[in-house]
Amino acid sequence: MDILLQQLINGLTLGAVYALIALGYTMVYGIIELINFAHGEIYMIGAYVGIIVLTLLTVIGFAPAHLALAIFLALLAAMLVCAAYGYTLERVAYRPLRSAPRLSPLISAVGMSIFLQNYVMLTQGSADKVLPLALPTEGIALMGAQVSPMQGFILLTSVALMAALTLFIRKTRLGKAMRATAQDRTMAALVGIPVDRIIATTFVVGSILAAVAGVMVALYYGSINFFIGYSAGLKAFTAAVLGGIGNIPGAMVGGVLLGLLESLGASYVSSEYKDAFAFGILILLLIFRPQGLLGERVPEKV
Amino acid sequence: MLELRDLVSAYGPIQALKGISLRVEEGEIVALIGANGAGKSTTLMTISGARPVLRGTIRFAGEAIAGDPPHVIVARGIAQVPEGRRIFSRLTVRENLEMGGFLQRTRSALEEDLKRVFSAFPVLRERQVQLGGTLSGGEQQMLAIGRALMARPRLLLLDEPSLGLAPILVQHIFRIIRDLNRQGLTILLVEQNARAALQLARRAYVLETGRVTLEGEAAALLQDSRVRRAYLGEGE
Repeated sequence: MDILLQQLINGLTLGAVYALIALGYTMVYGIIELINFAHGEIYMIGAYVGIIVLTLLTVIGFAPAHLALAIFLALLAAMLVCAAYGYTLERVAYRPLRSAPRLSPLISAVGMSIFLQNYVMLTQGSADKVLPLALPTEGIALMGAQVSPMQGFILLTSVALMAALTLFIRKTRLGKAMRATAQDRTMAALVGIPVDRIIATTFVVGSILAAVAGVMVALYYGSINFFIGYSAGLKAFTAAVLGGIGNIPGAMVGGVLLGLLESLGASYVSSEYKDAFAFGILILLLIFRPQGLLGERVPEKV
Repeated sequence: MLELRDLVSAYGPIQALKGISLRVEEGEIVALIGANGAGKSTTLMTISGARPVLRGTIRFAGEAIAGDPPHVIVARGIAQVPEGRRIFSRLTVRENLEMGGFLQRTRSALEEDLKRVFSAFPVLRERQVQLGGTLSGGEQQMLAIGRALMARPRLLLLDEPSLGLAPILVQHIFRIIRDLNRQGLTILLVEQNARAALQLARRAYVLETGRVTLEGEAAALLQDSRVRRAYLGEGE
């Protein structure tokens, strides 16, 4: 029982991170039908910014003393930097290709992904970057299982962000314009929505969520490298497909499901096949239910 | 108010408009009639900025607007009800209207416009929380017109408002168009239903494969033998 519960907690934590990254994939796909393969790299850059800021704060003696504030500053910096990267990525790599054949922006995305990986490797080195400070490990006991402070932090932050995103999409003028643009880009333009700005906003919002995921993973595992965006990106993409690509609640459900599945599979079947579960699911989905779990269509009258 | 001169536009290698010139004066209803593929919808999409202008000029209220992006053209006062209505089917009726008023900066202006549209189309008020895609065809057409009105246009481009509607609804929609015009809205109307369009409009243009082949007072065109044969389904 306690092993099961512990694995559920671990899986939820992992799943929350996948979900945050998956949202960026799904939102961008929803609005311009592009798989933004460089999105995993935005997450990786977020993790780097987080560690760099925490290292700086530790060097000047601020960090272990004011830990919560330091983490907050690291998150804020990562969100700002990743927002700028996401915006620039769209401007440089995708907007010029808006009316090109669909394959062109996809290739551009793969190219940006490779470029950003190498750019970080060259500027930051290929060795792992390690968190410069020790975090509290004293967890909360929960029916024989442990919730570590970082796990609690990740779960609470993710839930809060997803709730905020849902409100933003459902209730605000900008959020409604995003949904309108996703449904019919030409019509959105015809009612006066500045479509390019809405698309840029979508990239920025997705990048901010990825930034938070990156910093949280850096804190959770304590070490990162320039390659983490690749595997996390693929997993999150799988999560987005699992939930139904383009579907926002789907990305949240898909992320959590994938995290749980990976964690339970690793402990009950074999941890060596951890990644095989995720990608096995991706293959099965693409064959049998490419629209994903929640990817059904509302009937439309003509 | 609106003047196109030698307008050329294309879909890829195919020239859809081969030099169209037309004008719409303030307060008029002008009809654009012609067969499928004549370039009627392309003309409207090009005026709205959703199709590129390859050559020629578009002037609206004295200013050159060719090359402006669609949202700027909406802000200038031209709104469009496109062919097939293109309701945001997964947005509610109210959200569809709110998007129509996207450029309305203040909350109070938006609320005021919503009230105006709801009093013109009471059925939309009843259905405001329903998804746009669940409305009937006639209701969707009213929503599409209401959505365009939310932008407070001075010129309304209407593309095939009668398409797919039952005859009684067609009459209703045409009555709405006439009322809007009487309240001061200038209208450029594209229609397959040439007879109804010519009865409603003051002037009209006949388009054939990307060119204007006939133009004049609508009443005169209704009597024109070429128009009667080609578009009103009458024999010799």
